[in-house]
Amino acid sequence: MSLFKKKQKAGTYEVASQWKLMWWKFKKHRLASIALPIIFIMYLLTMCCEFFSPSLPLERYKKYVECPPTAVHLWDHEGTFRGPFVYAKEIGRDPETYRKTFVDSETEIVELGFFVHGSKYKFWGLWETDIHFFGAKEPGAAYFLMGTDDLGRDLFTRILYGGRISLSFCLVSIFFTFLIGLTLGGLSGYLGGIFDTIVQRAIDLIMSMPSIPLWMALAAAMPKEISQLKQYLLMSIIMSLIGWTGLARVVRGKILSLREEDFVTAARLSGAGHGRIIAKHMLPSFLSYIIVSITGSIPATILGETALSFLGLGLQAPTISWGTLLQDCQTVETVAAKPWLMFPAVFIVISVLMFNFAGDGLRDAADPYK
Amino acid sequence: MSGMHDSDNILEVRGLKKYFPITAGFFKKTVGYVRAVDDIDIYVKEGETLALVGESGCGKTTLGRSILRAIQPTAGEVLFRRRDGEVVDLTKIGDEKMRDTRRDMQMVFQDPYASLNPRMTVLNIISEPLICHKLMKGKAMQDYVRELMETVGLNPKHLERYPHAFSGGQRQRIGIARALATKPRFIVCDEAVSALDVSVQAQILNLLMDLQSQMNLSYVFISHDLGVVRHISDRVGVMYVGHMVEMSETTDLFDKPMHPYTEALLSAKPVADPRNKSKRIMLEGEVANPAHLPSGCPFHPRCRYCQEVCKKEVPEWRELKPGHFVACHRAHELDLDKSSEKKKS
Repeated sequence: MSLFKKKQKAGTYEVASQWKLMWWKFKKHRLASIALPIIFIMYLLTMCCEFFSPSLPLERYKKYVECPPTAVHLWDHEGTFRGPFVYAKEIGRDPETYRKTFVDSETEIVELGFFVHGSKYKFWGLWETDIHFFGAKEPGAAYFLMGTDDLGRDLFTRILYGGRISLSFCLVSIFFTFLIGLTLGGLSGYLGGIFDTIVQRAIDLIMSMPSIPLWMALAAAMPKEISQLKQYLLMSIIMSLIGWTGLARVVRGKILSLREEDFVTAARLSGAGHGRIIAKHMLPSFLSYIIVSITGSIPATILGETALSFLGLGLQAPTISWGTLLQDCQTVETVAAKPWLMFPAVFIVISVLMFNFAGDGLRDAADPYK
Repeated sequence: MSGMHDSDNILEVRGLKKYFPITAGFFKKTVGYVRAVDDIDIYVKEGETLALVGESGCGKTTLGRSILRAIQPTAGEVLFRRRDGEVVDLTKIGDEKMRDTRRDMQMVFQDPYASLNPRMTVLNIISEPLICHKLMKGKAMQDYVRELMETVGLNPKHLERYPHAFSGGQRQRIGIARALATKPRFIVCDEAVSALDVSVQAQILNLLMDLQSQMNLSYVFISHDLGVVRHISDRVGVMYVGHMVEMSETTDLFDKPMHPYTEALLSAKPVADPRNKSKRIMLEGEVANPAHLPSGCPFHPRCRYCQEVCKKEVPEWRELKPGHFVACHRAHELDLDKSSEKKKS
């Protein structure tokens, strides 16, 4: 308490709402305060992936199939400053393995720049433009930050587009999870009786089923010939149908304990009706918990989606997600010869870690006893 | 609807019972009852304080909450005189009427930390009853809340503060201000000072007494602190495992207890005098289990005056002297030890 008082202006602590207190505590959590901006940047990058990616996800550079990542230079061999550039690739063939080889050209360079003109795209499907945040200054010149895949598509571009699916997928799926979990858990706690028993036994049943086979069964039941959007929505519903149980349990417990709280009794004695008690007293009391729980379950959902898509049960190509991108490196041969195809995994690890850190910070901030 | 015995009474409780079912097994079959409040008759006169005392778990709080219908009693009548003079049975009236009647009755809670919603400002907490009963709004309400805060000894400048910025005593004042908001006539104080420091206790008690004389309030004051009870109450009711064992004027009860349990309870009250040789009566055995009450008088296994009749028959609630009720077979023949104060002289 006294710590806060020193930092804040006199008098602000007393009139600080629960949320403000939480925010102050959150800011003191170092890992979380680093993680939150990174999460924000990742969502910004993937939301505006058309603009931030140098190429298009389906655009093929047929000459540059399986090209490794190219290093960005600022100074050339002679030591003169040239601005950011990459050496052009000379395509050759290994005489022993007959594999394509890419060697840096000694003479030819590709200059890079920001806000360059490149392939045309429709930004958010609204207006057409060809401005890319960064890329080769000369349209069509080959520059691959993270290499290309076996069809010659720029991997970094595909990672950003895949991130848009993966990072939004977890939000949509969690939305459905919370919709089901909050409604059933809340009613179960508030109504009690037979409804409570039925919901609790259903939760027992779902929790006792091994999740991977259940996912497989549900994914197998999903019709194959449907649009990408429908596939996306169906997958998120499948994830939430299995994931709501834990949340419903906790919400029920919270409601049960809140019903007995003195301040809820006081509200009742003040003449407040059910609606007012739920909206004004109960919901705000566990809203912070819900937010913490959401940040906590995002990593699990990202991993779940990735795992399913990797196994070929979740989202299917041509939908691009981090999971489907990783399908390309299912063989040892890929891992050995084209390790850059594992770049999507790096993004998954970073995003999961950052969400975990942010979740940690939020949990500590929401805990009034810390 | 039956009327009250006395036109001075604001509250009459008749045969009030609250049984909590004990359930067991997969199908939640009821296998027994915890008799938290068992067949209690009390009354409160207008402008007076009735204290309820007894050890932990004797049903004081359950009784207080059943009176206000914070929990639904199992059986019995709770007659209450509304501000318009109408006498209503709180256990039977409908939800709408009950909500309206809540304007006249309020509660002050034991725990000043749990009874205020930590997510609301003082303004929102105190004004909640006003909003719920649609009595006031806007600027007028804010001014009134400021006024209330001053009445209970809070700084009206702290209107926008949250409960976490207040001490225990200040929080209890907020709770009292909330209870006063609708200008009730009857307040149940459920251990209202037992969570506070002794010095703060005295302040809050004096505040409650001042408010009582200003606003002609009637209190049911639940406590286990006999010193506090003696200070604040006009009459005292003593409870033992869900039963009322004795009820009388405060001075009368402290001077001449008629029930062996009251006698033991009073002997446990510490006296601030080192020369006082306290003759504390040590009760034997454990407090009876309200789920399995002993036969006859619930106190008989621990009573040193116990006779055969006590083991078999439940003692009647009778008025031995005017205004002095007791539930004991032998009350009329026993000459019980007087309170510790008397022993000094």
